[in-house]
Amino acid sequence: MFDFINRMFGKESSNSKTVATERLRLVLVHDRANVSPHMLNALKEDLIRVISEYMEIDQAALEVNLNQEDNSVALVANIPVLKMKRNYASGAPSAAGGR
Amino acid sequence: MGEVIVITSGKGGVGKTTTTANIGTGLAALGYKVVMVDTDIGLRNLDVVMGLENRIVYDIVDVANGNCRLKQALIKDKRFENSFLLPAAQTKDKNAVSTSQMKELVGNLKQEFDYVIIDCPAGIEQGFKNAIAGAERAVVVTNPEVSAVRDADRIIGLLEAEQLHDPMLIINRLRPAMVKKGDMMNIFDSEDILAIKIIGVVPEDEAIVVSTNRGEPAVLDMTSKAGQAYRNIVKRISGEDVPLMNLEESDRFVDKLKKLIGIR
Ligand SMILES: Nc1ncnc2c1ncn2[C@@H]1O[C@H](COP(=O)(O)OP(=O)(O)O)[C@@H](O)[C@H]1O
Ligand SMILES: [Mg+2]
Repeated sequence: MFDFINRMFGKESSNSKTVATERLRLVLVHDRANVSPHMLNALKEDLIRVISEYMEIDQAALEVNLNQEDNSVALVANIPVLKMKRNYASGAPSAAGGR
Repeated sequence: MGEVIVITSGKGGVGKTTTTANIGTGLAALGYKVVMVDTDIGLRNLDVVMGLENRIVYDIVDVANGNCRLKQALIKDKRFENSFLLPAAQTKDKNAVSTSQMKELVGNLKQEFDYVIIDCPAGIEQGFKNAIAGAERAVVVTNPEVSAVRDADRIIGLLEAEQLHDPMLIINRLRPAMVKKGDMMNIFDSEDILAIKIIGVVPEDEAIVVSTNRGEPAVLDMTSKAGQAYRNIVKRISGEDVPLMNLEESDRFVDKLKKLIGIR
């Protein structure tokens, strides 16, 4: 419907070029993630490290995935929290520095 | 010591062989000593595009297997003394040459030539691995459409993994009129998505069909737009700084004319 309205008003977003770049952007998110599954694993480890500064989490049950919706991709993380820390370690060196 | 450049794309039919013939011939026209290597074993094409198909005696597999000396397999170009073709084998299969044989062969060519231009087969299997084995720089050819750019992205990742950094992008078969209507991705879309440097944009051009029919690379055709585009690419490859050509120029001109005489 939006597409139709856009087309009526000659909006750019109805151009097939815009559709093409948008489809390409989405497909490449998946391609690149699939080509390097290491990337999601590395991200997982980084997440665990950062979140552990604030709360205790169930590392084994942690899930990180890319979910495809109609015209967007979302990074969805399911991270079971076991315990909150009373004093969170703000400014701890490991929180700022990478690997 | 020469430079080895592989022309690759992932997807078939986007214009690798045409690009190889034009870059090779264009560099030869500038006076460089050039050899073009067809690594598309089983589907040899570069000989036909170059108009040299009747002169082939030995091929790349003969050289790799030691059936002949390297020099015996090199075919001299019709137009330039300093331009040569090493043809692919037509009857053997893709695995007839190994990666190490390919590295050695390219290493030998590098001693003799200023530029070794390698025409890569489609796909990401053995043929691709062979083609990039001895390369120092890579040119990625794509078309302004989703599947070709997607494959180009994959290829860029694989090149990166093989330590072939900073590939150069050529966008081939661009149709300025469609870009203008918003029905084709423009060069900035592709450049933005792939995040590598563009070294040329070649329009869709009937002159390419004509030149392929004749076996005379379009880069030598001073009247065609594609020829001009290839000449610019050749200069950029050889290190000259040439601005990207504006493919919409003639359309703009037509627009101005139409405005002047009151058509809209
Ligand atoms: N800029 C262009 N304009 C018109 N036709 C083209 C252009 N580039 C390539 N072609 C045609 O497209 C076809 C595929 O080109 P080719 O160079 O053989 O691709 P590849 O080697 O990647 O498979 C050929 O018929 C060629 O003449
Ligand atoms: Mg080809």
